[in-house]
Parts: sequence; C-alpha cells; structure tokens
Amino acid sequence: MSFHPNEVARRGRAAAFITTGVVFVLSGAFFRTQILGNRQWVLQAEENRLREIPIAAPRGTIHDRNGKIMAENVVGYTVSVLAQSEDSLRATMRRLARTIPLTSNQQDLALRRYRRGPTRPAVILNDASFDVVSVLEEHRIQYPNLIVLSAPKRFYPAGPAVLPIVGYPSEINETDLALPQYAAYKAGQQIGKSGLEKQYESVLHGREGSRFVEVDARGRIVREQGAPERKSEVGGSLQTNIDLDLQLYVAALFADSLIGSAVALDPQTGAVLALYSNPSYDPNRFVGGVDVSFFDSLRTNPLRPLYNKAVQGVYPPGSTWKLATAVLGLQENVIGMTSRMPQTCSGYYYFGNRAWQCWEKAGHGSLDLTGAIAHSCDVYFYQLGLKLGISRLVAGGLDLGFGAKTGIDLPEEQKSRYPDGMEYFDRRWGAGGWTQGGVALNMSIGQGDNAQTVINMARFYAALANDGYAAKPQIVKGRAETKRIFTLPASELAVLRNAMIGVTSTGGTAASAALTGVALAGKTGTAQTAALGKNKCDHAWFAGFAPADKPKIVVVVMLECGGHGYLAARAASAIVGKYLGVQPLFLMQTQGD
Amino acid sequence: MALRGKVTIDWPLLASAILLSAYGIAMVYSAGQTDIPTIAAAGAWKRQLVWLALGIAGAFAMSRASVRFLEWLAVPMYILTILLLVSLLFIGSGAGTAESTKSWLVIGGVRLGQPSELAKLTVVLMLGKVLASSREPPKTLIDLWKPVVIVGIPWLLVIGQKDLGSSLVFVGIFFAMLFWSGISWRLLLLIASPIISLILTFSTQIWGAWFLLLLALVIWYKPYLWEGVFVVAANVVMGVVAPLIWEGLKPYQQDRLRVFLDPSVDPRRSGYHVIQSQIAIGSGGWFGQGYTEGSQKRLAFLPEQHTDFIFAVVGEELGFMGVTLALALFLTLFLRIIKIGERANDSFSSLVALGLLASWFVHVLINVGMTVKLMPITGIPLPFFSYGGTFMLASWLAVGVLIRIAHEGRGGKHGPFAI
Repeated sequence: MSFHPNEVARRGRAAAFITTGVVFVLSGAFFRTQILGNRQWVLQAEENRLREIPIAAPRGTIHDRNGKIMAENVVGYTVSVLAQSEDSLRATMRRLARTIPLTSNQQDLALRRYRRGPTRPAVILNDASFDVVSVLEEHRIQYPNLIVLSAPKRFYPAGPAVLPIVGYPSEINETDLALPQYAAYKAGQQIGKSGLEKQYESVLHGREGSRFVEVDARGRIVREQGAPERKSEVGGSLQTNIDLDLQLYVAALFADSLIGSAVALDPQTGAVLALYSNPSYDPNRFVGGVDVSFFDSLRTNPLRPLYNKAVQGVYPPGSTWKLATAVLGLQENVIGMTSRMPQTCSGYYYFGNRAWQCWEKAGHGSLDLTGAIAHSCDVYFYQLGLKLGISRLVAGGLDLGFGAKTGIDLPEEQKSRYPDGMEYFDRRWGAGGWTQGGVALNMSIGQGDNAQTVINMARFYAALANDGYAAKPQIVKGRAETKRIFTLPASELAVLRNAMIGVTSTGGTAASAALTGVALAGKTGTAQTAALGKNKCDHAWFAGFAPADKPKIVVVVMLECGGHGYLAARAASAIVGKYLGVQPLFLMQTQGD
Repeated sequence: MALRGKVTIDWPLLASAILLSAYGIAMVYSAGQTDIPTIAAAGAWKRQLVWLALGIAGAFAMSRASVRFLEWLAVPMYILTILLLVSLLFIGSGAGTAESTKSWLVIGGVRLGQPSELAKLTVVLMLGKVLASSREPPKTLIDLWKPVVIVGIPWLLVIGQKDLGSSLVFVGIFFAMLFWSGISWRLLLLIASPIISLILTFSTQIWGAWFLLLLALVIWYKPYLWEGVFVVAANVVMGVVAPLIWEGLKPYQQDRLRVFLDPSVDPRRSGYHVIQSQIAIGSGGWFGQGYTEGSQKRLAFLPEQHTDFIFAVVGEELGFMGVTLALALFLTLFLRIIKIGERANDSFSSLVALGLLASWFVHVLINVGMTVKLMPITGIPLPFFSYGGTFMLASWLAVGVLIRIAHEGRGGKHGPFAI
C-alpha cells in the first residue's frame, strides 16, 4: 500500500470525515424520531399498552304509577377475555372450559363478539354465577387476560306478568349495529330488544364508563390503572301509567287457561293501566343471552308466546265493531235513536241470492238501535250497513282510526288491517269480483277485510266512553294526546251507552258480566275466523268501560279461540271489578254473542 | 512471540471500549427487566459479564502478541476460518434470536460459537497481509483478484449460512481496507458500481441514469478496454440479475427488504419489529422513561430487546441523551482507531486497524440505523451492547490487537497518553 505519511493523513481525514458524518446522520435520525416525533410515538406506545375496559351503565329503572318496581338492576358478573387474536381467544376458552362450564355455543358467541369488536374485551359469559366467579378468582394466575367484572344485570321482579310491557334488553347484534339510531353503540353493549326497553332505549341506556388496563405484547393484563377513567352513568328511569297490581291480577286471571290479551286504559288520558298477552314468558331468562333450547321452545310453541297479542296480533273484531257501524249510522243520520229497520229479524236476511244469518236463528223480531246492540242483532246491522253503503263504511272506519296504529309507546305495534279505500277491494278481489252490498254486509258486523289489534279496539271504546274523544294510549306517563274522532249529540251518546249497559244486563249477551253497584257498558264479540289451517275457531271479544256514566276504565279482552264473547266479558268484568274495587256478579249465564 | 516488558496502553481506546462494554451490560441487564419475565433475557447480563471478563483477558493476551506474530498467524487462521465456515454449511444451526440462520457451530449439542465473528477478524488480518505485501495500491481491476478472493470466499460462505448481516460486514471491510491502501477513488467507484447497480435496479429509471453516469465515468477514467467492458458488463448483469436474486431470497428476507421500503405493509408480522422499535425510541424523548422503566420493553412489545434491538432500549429508557452518549462513545472509539491506523508503524498494522474499524462501523451503522428505520432489518448485533458471547469475545480480541498496534506505532512510543 501507499504509505506516505501525508497520504495516510489525508486518508485519515477522509475516514474521520465519513465516520463522523455517518454518526451525525444517525444522531439526526434519532433527533427526528425522539424529539420531533415524540408526541406521536408516545401516543402509539399508549395505544400499544393500554386497553379500554368498558364499564356497563346500569339501565334506568321502570316503575308503575305508584312507584312500584317493574324493572330494576341486580348484581351480576360478566367474564370476558382481552384477546390478541382469535387463536389466543380460542385457546383461552379451551382451557377455561376445563375449569368452568362453557358450552361450544357460548364459545362461538364469544368469537363472534371478538370479531365485531377486537379491541374490546370479548365477553364469554354475560351472566356468570357467583360460583363460576369464585372458581375463576382461584385460578386468576392462570388466566392473565381474563376480566371478571361485576356488571348490573336487568331484573324484572314480576317476570312474565310485565313482559308484554317492558320487553327485555339483549346484546346488540350486527343488524342493529348497522342502523343509524345505534350509530354510537359498540359491539357487546346491551340494547332494549322489545317493549319499553326498546322504545325508551335512549332514556334507559345510560352512559358506559371505562377504565384502562395495561397489557403486555401478548395481551396479558399486567396492571390496572387505578381509578376509572370515566364513571358509568345510570340511565334515566321511567314512570309508567301501569297499575302493577292490576297488571298482576290480569296475568293471574289468564294464567294457564286463557289464551289472548287484555288491555285496560284510562279513557280520559289514554293512560295504559294494564296490558297483557298470554301465554307470556319470563324476560329474566333473556337477560344476558337466552338459552337456545328455551328460545326454541318459545318459538315453536303453537300458542305463540313471542307474539304480543295486545299490539302485534290483528283479529277480526266481530260484533264489538257494531258500535262503529252504529256511530257511523248516527253520525250520517242514516238512522235515528228509535228507528227500526225495514225487515224484522227472523234469523235471516236475504240479500243477493243468499240468506245472511243472524247469530240468533230464532230471530230477534223488530228492534231499535238499543235492542240491536244489547242483543247484537246481525240482521239489524246488515241493513244499517246497506243504508250506509260500503264507501261511507270504509271512509268512516278510517276516520275512526281503524286503519291506523294507535301510537302506543310499544315498538311492536302493528297497523290494524282495514281497507284503505274503495280501490282496496279491486286489488283484493279483482274488479268485478265483489259486490258493494256483500262487502257492506260483512263489514257492518265486523267481519270481512277488517282485523284490529286489541289496543286499537281499546282506543275506540275509550272514545265511546269519552264522548268521541280518543286518547292516544300511553304506557309511560306524559301529556295526554286526545283527538275527537266522532261527534254525536249527548242524547245519542246516552243511547249508545244505555245500549251497552244492556249488554251486561239481564237478557243481554253478557249478562253474567255485570258488577255489583257499578254499571259496565260494553259489547261482546264472537269473531269468526277464516280457516286458520285446521284450527278454525272463534275469537271471543269484550270491549267496554265502567262506570258507564263516568268511565274510569276501558277494558278490552280478546281470547284466541275463546269461543263465545261472554267468556271475554267475564274476564273483563273481573278486571274492572278489581280496578274499581267492586265484585263481579256471575249470577246467571246466558248463552249469546 | 510475546514481547517482554510493559505494553503501553492506548487509554482513549481502552477507556471507550470499557465504557461501551459497561454501558452495554447495563442495558442487557435492563433488557432482562420485564413485567413478565422473558427467560432468554432475564439472566443474560451475568453471562455477558463472564464473556466480558473472558474478552478482557483475551485482549490482554492479544496485546502481548507482536503484530509480526499476527501477520504470521494470518494465513493459518484464515484457512482454519474457511474450514469452519464450510463445516457450518453441514452442521451449522440457528440459535436464539437468529434461529433461521446456520451460523452457530454446534458439536455434540454444545454451541461453540459463531465462526463468522472469528472470520471478520481473520479476513481483516489476511486482507491486511495481502494489501501490505505490495508497495503500490491496486491500480487495475486485475490487481484486485487477490483481495476479491480473500473476502469473496468467506463472504459467499456467510451468505450460504443465510447470515445477511455478516455478509454486509465483509463488504464494508473490503471497501474500507482498499480505500486505506490508497486505491484511487475512481477505481473504488468502478468496483463498487455493480453493487450500486444492484441496489438501483429496483427502479429502472434510476438505474438507467446511474448507468449513463457510469459510462461517462469509464470514458473519463480511461481504463484498459477490457476493464471498461468488464465494469459495464458487470453493471448490466447486476441490473438484470437482481430480480432473479430477489426471486431466490427466502420469503422472510424478501419481507425484511419490503418492510424496509414500507413498514406499514404488515405491521403484525414483518413490520412489527421496526414499528415497535420506533415506538420505543420515539417515546423516549429527551431523557427517556428512566433506566429499566421502558414500557415498550417491560411489556415485551419490543422484540429481541437484549440482542438486535438493544439500542431501542437505550432510546426508550435514556432518551436522546443516552443515545447521544452511546454514539459519542462509538465515535470516540472510531476516531481513535483512525488515529492508531495513521500512526501505525507499518502498512499491515495500519490496514488491520482500519479493517477492524470498518467491521464495527458497519455493525453500528446497520444495527443502530435499523432501529430508527434508516436501514433494513438484517439481524446484526451492536458491538459491546448486544448480548452474545462470541461477538463480545471477538470485539475484545480486536481491542487487544488495536492496543498492540498502538503500542508498536508512533503514538505508543511517545508515551501512554499521547493522543
């Protein structure tokens, strides 16, 4: 090599220059990362090591009109895993399954939850028993990524009796997460699935709190970060109009023997005093995830307990609808209070080329409106229907609200089925496939293309009790919303009321439903159903109010395949008696419609 | 051949080496302090301390051996090294954080060490001997055949062990020692041109520009015709061969290169190392989170924290100040070695000093550079810091050699503190 000192010195300078330069470049890179980029990297470091553990908010409580508890919270436990990956979650659950009972279904659910929100702890057990929790606490060391939290758990002291009102909460699913009203929700949170729990979700929900734990690279919890970052806030409570005692009474009345629904309203305000659908089930079993076999037994039960018969089911109203025909007839001045129909009732009415039956084959003879209502004379109402004509019947029915929802604060409410205009019949039967008279005959007695929810019938009877003012049924206390749906002079209203009192008086179709000292005004109905498969049967209805002169309660009872209306009337009478504190008189039984 | 009498110690050299080692062991200790113990790193500092003691003893022995003896030893040592490296191809195995390589010599289940660390030393000695043997530096490409063969054989063998990092060190040694031998920088550039071509071939346009520049350079430099043809041909071949080599790389090696170009490609796998290292260093700030307190390290987000990524622990726990201190110590060491090389009594000693410098320099550049995403991840240890017995021992043997060179050089003769 060339080893002249000058040359070596020159090369030495070059080498020193290069070396120093490279070290400075390195140092500069560190300055950029550590000093200039510091904030960003500190954030990333925290993101790395801190995991947010959500603290569930207790849902608001639900009370009846007297402050009695309908829904509250009790202490429950959730078990979740802070997983790094699906595989690690699977492995943890496999090990857990040896220590605590953990079904493969629960494991699948936990995996689904993990996929929906991988940054949140994946809930394995939504409602762990105290025994399971103690076992897990013993094995704490073996499961460094396990989180056992005491979480408020929904509890309904009255269980099945209040289910049709309160509904139940459940974990939010993919479908709900996609909805705009749940945009702020995260996978794993509880939402109201039905009933008031769903309707008033935004009130009841509260605000989730959170705290942070520090995890290592494998997701093992290393330490907890002292105080919660944010405390959870309890949801707002609901004061309802429900009379819990009455509600419990109704549920007990139906018990195992009656299938159907009952609704009790305050006619002036629309306050829902009781609303029940039977058979019911225990909403507590849905809290924290329902057992599959239990759910299947509900789903396959032919009596359809999952179906709210008060607001979801639509049934032909039968003779209870005759009051609507009567109101329309009076309003249109087609009939007067004392007018009688041209043809007296001989058990049949001949129209077109067929004989239309009255339920009383012996016939009722000649009746005025009062008698026709008390005895539910079909022949009278056939003729009234014809006088009104189908277009006035349809339009009038729509004005009375038979084609609409009542607006009750239950998310399950279905629209009643009613023709939306004359075109309906063309759509249904084809142009020329129907006659105006035939349809009018059917409609006038509450048959045909007319199926009403129990709550909608209650609204109409509340209007009958309240001089034509219909109040929107409300479960949760609020300002009453009333709307006049028909206008009749006081004298005509009195006639209708007296006619309905006649129903529960001696000789009426529901004489056995009378009460001691209080006049119960109402109307029975026996609705014939079109062949429901093989089980063709009649639904029993009673709709009425009491005391007749100063109504405090409107009751509608509908018994699926309950046969004759007087059975529904007796149930209604018992409910009214309970509410008003009087005894029903089951004195004599009259067979009738 | 040990000389009698006292060896004059080059204190700046020794002091910086001792300080670096102490700093390093302190960091290896810290690397073992994790919230949930990592078995590999927990007691590493004790073993490292033993290796340091062995290394210092080795350095003392080396400082007693005359440079002439080392020069005489170069050929047999080189041959032994080649034999060891060849044997590794058959019996080599991976270990620790370098599991995918075959760089460990294992006999009867006992890991004897990594011959490639020894090879760095012997290649320096051998190359120094060859370059020192001629009065003039290589003037033409044909003159370079010996250096190319001396470095090329172990280089290929190391690549055969899939030890990408070490192979780069040989390249660094080769160019640094050629440079120090006084080779003209134009020739150096021509030699380096195929490698530059290889790197630039990933972008056709840039490679094209480089190729035109090279043609101009060849015309200006006026080499022998066949030299010019060879250089140009080599560049073309590299430009074309590069994609084929790329195909030949192991998927993880491809990943590492890819991740170097874009670490966000797959943060869970290949990019994970770089990102976690950057998070650790970046969150260190000016003064760090405190010795042993780094959260990225404690919570095991930082991979290989006691070996390849130990410098990220320095950055996280001691901040920019700790990093600057370490780099300053390295710079002191490097500049002192350059001084020793300048003052060496003979060309062999001088070349060896520079070769050893180059070896450390490449290690530091690549290791430190990769922790802040300046360099691709090549799994190369940081001298005096990374846990690893053979490397610590080899580094200290090199310190011993340098002390001897300084002792025999002009600086040494003029007193112990001559700087």
